[in-house]
Amino acid sequence: MHIYANPKRFLSLASWLTPLLFFSGLVLAGGVIVYGLAPELPAWLVALGLQPVPPDRLMGETVRILFIHVPAAWLGMGGWTGIALSSAALLIWKHPLAALSARAIAVPGLIFTIACLVTGSIWGRPTWGTWWVWDGRLTSMLVLMFLYIGYLALAQATAREGASPTIAAIFGLVGAINIPIINRSVVWWNSLHQPPSITAGKSAIDPTFLVPLMVAVLGFSLLFGAIVLMRMRALIAEQQVEARLRRRALEDEPIPAAGGAMEPA
Amino acid sequence: MTQASAPMKAKHQRMTLVVLALLAIVAAGLIAVWALRNQANYFYLPEEMAATPPQVGQPVRLGGMVQAGSLETLADGVTVSFVVTGNEASAIPVRYSGILPDLFVEGSGVVAEGSLQQDGTFLATNLLAKHDENYVPKELEGLDGHKAEQKVAETTLGL
Repeated sequence: MHIYANPKRFLSLASWLTPLLFFSGLVLAGGVIVYGLAPELPAWLVALGLQPVPPDRLMGETVRILFIHVPAAWLGMGGWTGIALSSAALLIWKHPLAALSARAIAVPGLIFTIACLVTGSIWGRPTWGTWWVWDGRLTSMLVLMFLYIGYLALAQATAREGASPTIAAIFGLVGAINIPIINRSVVWWNSLHQPPSITAGKSAIDPTFLVPLMVAVLGFSLLFGAIVLMRMRALIAEQQVEARLRRRALEDEPIPAAGGAMEPA
Repeated sequence: MTQASAPMKAKHQRMTLVVLALLAIVAAGLIAVWALRNQANYFYLPEEMAATPPQVGQPVRLGGMVQAGSLETLADGVTVSFVVTGNEASAIPVRYSGILPDLFVEGSGVVAEGSLQQDGTFLATNLLAKHDENYVPKELEGLDGHKAEQKVAETTLGL
């Protein structure tokens, strides 16, 4: 991992990896959402053996929210796991890119967490009969959203003020305790949210829903990775601009002095 | 030699510190969750309500399965009565007047908000339908009852 401590090496890797992840993710995630929402498929797709996603036996058409809600939830939680790993890498190995990657992950992590909460709420109204309840799963996911907002504010403030990035890293590690709580909330406590449908090697989701769901998860994950790389490149560029400005400011300083020296002549 | 081992030592020290801190955080989290274990339940199961009944009139939630064949509309036309069952034999009769959510059917999960009455029935002021973890297309509904039940039993973890 320390090979990429050199930003140049990292940037040369990121410059071709970013568009690759971005466009493959866009095609997969966009494709599966269009497919998932389509009531009918064009003839050539049917000829290939594809069938439109059928309505669920109880929920009907609203089951299609699954293809956004579940990837968003997993990536919201996966994002904080990434922040925790980066924070550990910063605290233990002092990896120079770790602070940047944690900051970069926080933005899409927050977006996906909000997407999960919003789609879940829209889904809950017709199926459960309520927009929101304070059960274990929903509450712990809301806490994750606040943790993301707090992390972003803290990381940006410490970066702006030139304080140590270890402050945000400690917050990133402490906040990670919420991830297993979200995951286990529906098992430990009675909740309105149903228990996990997908457990090790077992799925209670019919393949007609499960296969497109997995494609959506893959597509959104690729998009997530692309956004993280874009953010990291932007943050590195920001740092370089700042360093260059500072250097120029130092170099420029003698010039007015020289000009001042010329005046008497 | 000492120069080579000095930074290693610092790294190991940081590693130990971070691991210890993580252990402390996890322990704190587990203790908090353990303390919450009953308070954080969203609803009472029927067997819990039978074993430790809440005070009459105290607002609580009751969650379980709507017993098949128990749902009936009372004479006034807006009140329904049904029986909620849990994992064990205990069953709580529920009465509710109002609009039923779409997913509310016999044999599926329900969370009723309301209070226990003197006569042991649960008077609900609000009903929430609870979805189970099974996602099944409409075609599978036509599956003969035995096979569908088996599939649901195989894949269902809890209520």
